[in-house]
Amino acid sequence: MSKKWAVLAVPVISVLLGLLAGAVIMLVSGNNPAAGYMALWNGAFGDSFYAGETLRQMTPYIFAGLAVAFAFRTGLFNIGVEGQLLVGWLASVWVGVAFELPKVIHLPLAVLAGAAAGAVWGFIPGFLKARLRVHEVIVTIMLNYTALHVTNHFIRNVISDGSDATDVVKESASLRSPFLENLTDFSSLHNGIFLAVIAAIIMWFLLEKTTLGYELRAVGYNQHASEYAGMNVNRNIILSMVISGAFAGIGGSMQGLGTFGNMFINSGFSGIGFDGIAVALLGGNTAVGVVLAALLFGALKVGSLNMPVESGVPNELVEIVIALIIFFVASSYMITWLLSRFKKKEAK
Amino acid sequence: MDYVIEMLGIRKEFNGFVANDNITLQLARGEIHALLGENGAGKSTLMNVLFGLYQPEAGEIKVNGKPVHITNPNIANDLGIGMVHQHFMLVDTFTVTENIILGNEPKKLGTVNLKQAEQKVRELSEQYGLAVDPSAKIADISVGMQQRVEILKTLYRGAEILIFDEPTAVLTPQEIKELIQIMRALIKEGKSIILITHKLKEIMEVCDRVTVIRKGKGIGTVDVSETNPNHLASLMVGRDVTFTTEKTAAEPKQTVLEVRGLSVNDARGVQAVRDLDLEVRAGEIVGICGVDGNGQSELIEAITGLRKVSAGTIELNGKEITSFKPRKVTESGVAHIPQDRHKHGLVLDYPIGANMVLQTYYQKPFSKSGIMNYKEVYKKANTLIEEFDVRTPSETTLARALSGGNQQKAIIGREVDRNPDLLIAAQPTRGLDVGAIEFIHRRLIEQRDNGKAVLLLSFELDEIMNVSDRIAVIYEGQIVAVVDPKETTEQELGLLMAGSKRGAGERV
Repeated sequence: MSKKWAVLAVPVISVLLGLLAGAVIMLVSGNNPAAGYMALWNGAFGDSFYAGETLRQMTPYIFAGLAVAFAFRTGLFNIGVEGQLLVGWLASVWVGVAFELPKVIHLPLAVLAGAAAGAVWGFIPGFLKARLRVHEVIVTIMLNYTALHVTNHFIRNVISDGSDATDVVKESASLRSPFLENLTDFSSLHNGIFLAVIAAIIMWFLLEKTTLGYELRAVGYNQHASEYAGMNVNRNIILSMVISGAFAGIGGSMQGLGTFGNMFINSGFSGIGFDGIAVALLGGNTAVGVVLAALLFGALKVGSLNMPVESGVPNELVEIVIALIIFFVASSYMITWLLSRFKKKEAK
Repeated sequence: MDYVIEMLGIRKEFNGFVANDNITLQLARGEIHALLGENGAGKSTLMNVLFGLYQPEAGEIKVNGKPVHITNPNIANDLGIGMVHQHFMLVDTFTVTENIILGNEPKKLGTVNLKQAEQKVRELSEQYGLAVDPSAKIADISVGMQQRVEILKTLYRGAEILIFDEPTAVLTPQEIKELIQIMRALIKEGKSIILITHKLKEIMEVCDRVTVIRKGKGIGTVDVSETNPNHLASLMVGRDVTFTTEKTAAEPKQTVLEVRGLSVNDARGVQAVRDLDLEVRAGEIVGICGVDGNGQSELIEAITGLRKVSAGTIELNGKEITSFKPRKVTESGVAHIPQDRHKHGLVLDYPIGANMVLQTYYQKPFSKSGIMNYKEVYKKANTLIEEFDVRTPSETTLARALSGGNQQKAIIGREVDRNPDLLIAAQPTRGLDVGAIEFIHRRLIEQRDNGKAVLLLSFELDEIMNVSDRIAVIYEGQIVAVVDPKETTEQELGLLMAGSKRGAGERV
């Protein structure tokens, strides 16, 4: 029991310390921290519209976080979530625009297309690592840029005629939900949030309950022992990157079929893939942790927009808070050390 | 008596667990004093207290008769206490001298005065007969030499009291002999030595007195001249221990493993096994004996499918298994207790229970249509934990948290339980104490008596002589002789291992 609490302690304390440091910065820069955080809270959960926006923002974060966490749990560091997300976004939108099908077929097909594109983008570094021992970090970073420019090229030259954006996906491929929109005062919340929660359950089940998960984790922990035990280490490395890429690709589908309904020329990265690394880190690379961390990130990002309006605090402050939270999680050793000191004193 | 170090009534607790309970150790000037105990008995804790890494809850430490408070390792250094660690702390790409002066560099105008340091290292090396080349790179010298560099490191810092932590674990028999000479030379020069070990033979050979601890308690100190290995072992374990494992004569039956003309390359692409022939029959234990690095590891990796075969055949029960994938080899009826239990034998971050199905996790009842049944996994684990006396708080404890002996028992349980036709045991008792060794030897013999073929690889001649029914001596990738343990001596084996032919060029 105490161990379970210890797992929670580091992220929770990190978040609190991050917020505390943010308050100090607000004080020093002549703002009122209470008003600032009140504005942040109101902007994230203040009314049903903001809550809807927060949940919408959280959706791709969950997928990006799951992608990073899944790879990490199997011993790989997937920094290519951003690129896998972009190709997934494009593939989903393309299927959503190009086909005329009943919704029960069209929507799943569009989501699967996103998953498949992300999986292919993840397969490349997996294959190179398995066959040639090329480190996945280098390949995935390079593939992020490749994805950015390839998708831009496709949007301008293949899917449209020199335009900056694709058409909007057909109604039959859209994740938009009039019900959720009504419920949340016409926010952009869409059905993707349900898919995200299902994906989290799938990741947990896959890793903790299946035979494949036993193998993948074993390879992640100890390749030598896995090989000794007769597992196919190379196949598992590729498979892990493919599954991770598929999670990221569906994250892109959420943007293409839900939030925006299309895809447009990106001059730079969306940042969701990189934030996914922070989400996974904060969530301790577990499915539940990723969902909770994604909620926090979604709330901070959406809520920050309200801060300049309501309290005059610049919304960049939230970026600082997020950076500090990541810093504190990354230096978790410090927190566990402090906790153990604290416990010792208590015992005496 | 004139004591250089006295640790009196030392007590050390960790969160209520008593690691050292009223232990007294007195080191006389100019003696070699053994600290004997099983794995986990509290030897390391006691030495860490002496080194200032832990603070004792009770007790007193005196150096040269004066009470001292050693609150950190620097103080221990200043008091002339030096430690030769079991796992060397050396920078591979640095030279011997650079390693020795690291953290204590002689400076000249802001630069390191390497010449002066090298001169001093050379002098020390000659004074104690260490024969170390001060300008050699660590990566280029043997393990035995590296250990001498560790010794030099302590001498360079002016140590008068040297602590050796399991120094012979990594050495070949020849290197052990040399180390013993070095230790005697150190004593002659006025140093005092504490030798941490659980090898009784070494204590009998080199030590003057021995302090025994068991389960954190000081059992007492005895003169080596007034004791014998059996007595020491019973002091250490707390009951009588047999060294020569009781066994009946082997009744070998049909051939199980047949290796013909096998050649295997090592990781660098150099031929490690050359045209090797070997046969193991049902109901016998064949011991492979040789100096480390003569192709033993490559031979076993080739049989188990972990390394590519460049020529020759391997047959199991008359069916060829050459170049099979590890899983196919396992499924054909081969079990393998690997040489390095941390690298190959266990997934240390998995619960010990999950490790019990490392090769069988995909089979029923542990897995059904791709879904794991952890209830069955842990049920199996619990049976094995009980049957093989694996001491663990529970089946869900991480394998990492278990002691070496218990990890090894778990691996042996897992391998034996698959009921293999051929059991390969590579250094199955490495780093274990006498109690665990006895247990493992009995299990190997039990397998043999059940009509299994057992292939034993060991660098301990005692183990080879005791357990094997036939001994195959390996030298430079070939089996150069097969001898009967009842008709051979350690001397003869030592000569064969060193490559000298037997009798009039007789080959098997």
